[in-house]
Amino acid sequence: MNTATRSERWSGYALLTVMAIAVVVPFLSVFLASLQPAGTPVVGLTWPERWSWDNYEQAWSVAGFSDLIRHSLTIALGVVPASLLLATLAGYALGTARLPGGNAVAAFFVAGLTIPVELIVVPLYFDLRGFGLTNSYLGVILVEIALFMPFSVFWMRTHFQSTPASLVEAARIDGASSATILLRILLPLARPSLMTLGLLVFMWSWNQFLLVLVLIQDTTKHTAPAGLGFFVGQNTTDIPTLAAGTIIVMLPILILFVIFQRSFMAGLLQGATKG
Amino acid sequence: MGSRPPRSEPPVRTASPRRRSPYRGYVYVLPAFAVYLAFAVLPALHTAYLSLFEWDGVTLGDWVGLGNYQEILQDSILRRSVFNALVLVVFFSFVPIALGLAMTGLLARYRRPGMGAYRFLFMLPQVVPLVAVGVTWRWLYGDDGLVNQALGAVGLDGVTRAWLGDFGAALIAVGLVGTWVLSGLCMMLFLSGVQKVDPHLYEAARLDGAGPVREFVSVTLPHLRGELAVAMTVTTVAALASFDIVYVTTNGGPGEQTTVPGLLVYRLAFSEGKVGLAAALAVVLGCLILAIVYLINRLSRSES
Repeated sequence: MNTATRSERWSGYALLTVMAIAVVVPFLSVFLASLQPAGTPVVGLTWPERWSWDNYEQAWSVAGFSDLIRHSLTIALGVVPASLLLATLAGYALGTARLPGGNAVAAFFVAGLTIPVELIVVPLYFDLRGFGLTNSYLGVILVEIALFMPFSVFWMRTHFQSTPASLVEAARIDGASSATILLRILLPLARPSLMTLGLLVFMWSWNQFLLVLVLIQDTTKHTAPAGLGFFVGQNTTDIPTLAAGTIIVMLPILILFVIFQRSFMAGLLQGATKG
Repeated sequence: MGSRPPRSEPPVRTASPRRRSPYRGYVYVLPAFAVYLAFAVLPALHTAYLSLFEWDGVTLGDWVGLGNYQEILQDSILRRSVFNALVLVVFFSFVPIALGLAMTGLLARYRRPGMGAYRFLFMLPQVVPLVAVGVTWRWLYGDDGLVNQALGAVGLDGVTRAWLGDFGAALIAVGLVGTWVLSGLCMMLFLSGVQKVDPHLYEAARLDGAGPVREFVSVTLPHLRGELAVAMTVTTVAALASFDIVYVTTNGGPGEQTTVPGLLVYRLAFSEGKVGLAAALAVVLGCLILAIVYLINRLSRSES
């Protein structure tokens, strides 16, 4: 590969750096605001005179962000394993077995990729209320599993299609049942794909807002984004606490993103391209 | 919604004594299919059904046929929301894609070390909750926010204002939040697409005396068709179905300057008791998204 001329190389980096600053500054602004003394008016990007973590304590216990985080985790930990399980089973069958009409079924799943929450949320509220599933985490969990299912099935099907057919063939000749083939041979190989899918589903579940706003109207049961959105409406003057709350809501996803960067990138970039 | 459900084969398990039925594999598909059908597909169809009624969510609904759709065409606020969503497409889709392509054109000629750190930063707005993004920008756009501070610092005190409360500027301000969120994604999609281009093509172009612009048009761009289609689809859907950012930054205001369909679906159904009208608007939104996604994919395939 060619190496760039000096000037070309540096101008490239300079441009990238300018854009990177544009991305980072809003985050930085909120972070610095969260360190200002509670209740004070804050202006733009101001370096705090004294670093104070009190706002985090305030947001965590008094403003109830600890509960919000717990509720979000409850939902995400329900959605992720179920999504992985169902998508693996469906993706396995649609990706390796020659099912009659299998392509049509796969297309039916893919068609759901474009369903916006707005399209399903109105009747869901009334239908789920009839079953006592509003103000209930189970209701949100079920809908989120369904909402992410098109991508999940598509992702796992793509994965299983790319595993060598000879592997499945050989096991079948040895008399292994389809369940054994999945459990013993294919699943260990699917770990990276499952990891990426799990992270994406966790992220989508964590970030989900409209669905929770509608299905959980009891504010004491809100999730992190719903609680934050509600908090903004209630309490716009106390910028430092609001900023701390915002950071708390972002933090779990940020930590996962730092640790599992590679998996996230694989999902966010390839996942989109393969669709 | 939209795409007719292709007839799915029922998971018949015939008790064939000699050969395993070819339908047996559907046992594996069934659980995923059932959840998807019950909690996504059927609700979408139910929305279409509800859109034919005038219903307050409590008493018995009245059949009005396509009356709700007629109201969408006539009501200025409802029409305004669709118009606003289309304006947002410019900021959520066109600007990030143009920016991403420009950066790719500038950066694609040579491979650079150290891209990992940049990629991490550029994808950051993609992973955090949009609600948190909205809250952040609400504060940046405020009277004492960073935007006004920066304008003041360069001597533009005259133009500072509460941006999200300004009749002329609010929609653009909300749109630029989308630009901020989606530009990095577009750029990274295109740059990772360029990695797949055979480096010899660039060398050949350079030997032929092609300048950067020529090189971009004849080598880079044709190889990015797939990535372009993806970027357009993702960003357009994000604009049309936007809710989170608008809800926390302006909640549609000032006036109806930033009202989008998503916001109205929520408001009509759950605070104004116009469930049928909300459902009709949701159907219109769903069809609009479906049509645009179909069009983008159709165009990107037929050209290749």
